[in-house]
Amino acid sequence: MLTRRSLSLLAASAFAALALPAQAQFRVEISGVGATQLPIAIAKFRDEERNTPSLSISAIVRADLERSGVFRGVDAPGALDENSQPAFTEWRSRAADALAAGSVSRLADGRFDIRYKLWDVVKGTMISGQSAAVEAGDLRLAAHRIADDIYEKLTGNKGVFSTRIAFVTKGGGRFTLRVADADGEGGQVAVNSAEPIISPAWSPDGKQLAYVSFDKQKAVVVTQEVATGTRREIANFRGSNSAPAWSPDGQTLAVTLSRDNGSQIYLIDRSGANVRRLTNSSAIDTEPVFAPDGRGLYFVSDRGGSPQIYRTSLSGGNAERITFGGNYNISPAISPDGRTMAYISRQGSAFRLYTLDLSSANAQPVALTDTSDDESPSFAPNGRLIIYASRAERRDVLMTTTLDGKIKARLLSTTADVREPTWGPFGR
Amino acid sequence: MNATHTLSIRGGLFAVAAAAALLAGCSSVKLDDVPVESRTATTAGGATGGTGSGSTSGAGQSGVTTVDLTKGAGSTGLTRVIYFDFDSYAVKDEYRGTIDSYAKALAADRKKRLMVEGHTDERGGREYNLALGQKRAEAVAKSLALLGATDAQVEAVSYGKERPAVQGNDEAAWAKNRRAELNYK
Repeated sequence: MLTRRSLSLLAASAFAALALPAQAQFRVEISGVGATQLPIAIAKFRDEERNTPSLSISAIVRADLERSGVFRGVDAPGALDENSQPAFTEWRSRAADALAAGSVSRLADGRFDIRYKLWDVVKGTMISGQSAAVEAGDLRLAAHRIADDIYEKLTGNKGVFSTRIAFVTKGGGRFTLRVADADGEGGQVAVNSAEPIISPAWSPDGKQLAYVSFDKQKAVVVTQEVATGTRREIANFRGSNSAPAWSPDGQTLAVTLSRDNGSQIYLIDRSGANVRRLTNSSAIDTEPVFAPDGRGLYFVSDRGGSPQIYRTSLSGGNAERITFGGNYNISPAISPDGRTMAYISRQGSAFRLYTLDLSSANAQPVALTDTSDDESPSFAPNGRLIIYASRAERRDVLMTTTLDGKIKARLLSTTADVREPTWGPFGR
Repeated sequence: MNATHTLSIRGGLFAVAAAAALLAGCSSVKLDDVPVESRTATTAGGATGGTGSGSTSGAGQSGVTTVDLTKGAGSTGLTRVIYFDFDSYAVKDEYRGTIDSYAKALAADRKKRLMVEGHTDERGGREYNLALGQKRAEAVAKSLALLGATDAQVEAVSYGKERPAVQGNDEAAWAKNRRAELNYK
């Protein structure tokens, strides 16, 4: 395992301003002393400027690694590729612990040959290498896969850079539901509407999105196959139908329905059949989220007088209150290992992202941000990052944060308002 | 199809105005503040603000009901709007007249269908606000049912905070967004 350097060098430079191509702009904010990061040099890939002028594989890799919070990019001048024999003493003097370099070549059939190698600078050994032939449309994905390989080889944990996110945009009187890479780039429109779209949710196999559409002048739950666009109306009962959440086995959705007056939580098969009521209160019960073990459900209820987060077993019994700090706690998201809950808590007039350790009985909530309009937290499938919506410079923006709140990054630099992010599963 | 959504302009509203003119018998519409009850029940007059209980009785066969085009959300004012206090879904007394007029219109014509749309201000979560807006719409629907409408005639739905009437981050804007809108289908 490589040694990690302290953050003292980075603290001196204060802000990790990166020179990136315009279509991959974001800003990483690092705060808090004591964070240790692994310095890595990602060299420009040989011929990437010439062969793929519209994007930079090396820049995408570097941005991915920095956004994870685990790595700090070190400048890598000079011409290197996967066949180089790096001068490790030189890289050590640049304070890099790891080095990656590669090349981008055009193949006769129009595809691109992407090759890369990863070296441990401290030990002076080669750790990993990859080569892949990809279509132009998969160039970004190839870069993300390299970033995943580097992340896994150096941390031992699975990377999330090749996963996808979905989010809603609002602009010019229109709404879209988009699917993009985990870095927010390469977005494609899944739904285009003149009416609001809210609460998108990925199916566990990553093939479908459930969401709430107002196209029929009321809230209706729809599921849609991402690849084909095939839609299915899952819940259009009397009143409002919303807050879809998939069970871990993908066979059931929990939804909020007002068909029996008031907002209550129901379970419904993925086909839309077999509706059965789950909660039974005279309060508002909404925002259901399955526990990763599939046996419990977290949800928001104001049965105690103000919205708080509860947990109930799917096999019956009373709901147990989980949140106690403050009088407004909503939008639960549960980490894949079931141990951490991210949620939004109102403090004064600010709505802020918090986490709570679910595995410890006396855990105190921890604020992850100091912004005031946070919404919609969602965990990355490796449980190490949270994506959420916030407001910056009077615009709705998407942010990622490490679980300790120390490394944050803002995704996308478009003029549309972006909201309702949800992180997709592993595997494309 | 209009790319821009404006709250006030819906196809149904023009139909309502036409129906009101027909039902009122005499076709002239006065911009009078005082609503007068007509024997043939029509849509509500401008019973908002300080006029209190709304329609008066005893107008005989010459009554004219005012359709106030200046009140309510949106530029045409034909959508009836009921406003709510913060964190509340209680229908305030000042809207009793409005509710009464709608209930009477629905009772008089069982084929009429009404959509009640609940809304909230921008503060707070989307799904919780959707549910709060639903409570506002259901409170209005319940009042209508108590005064003569049937359940089948009224559907309560919510837009939560997704369709504000007024943009803004202060109480003046928030107060205009905490509302229920009544639209004939």
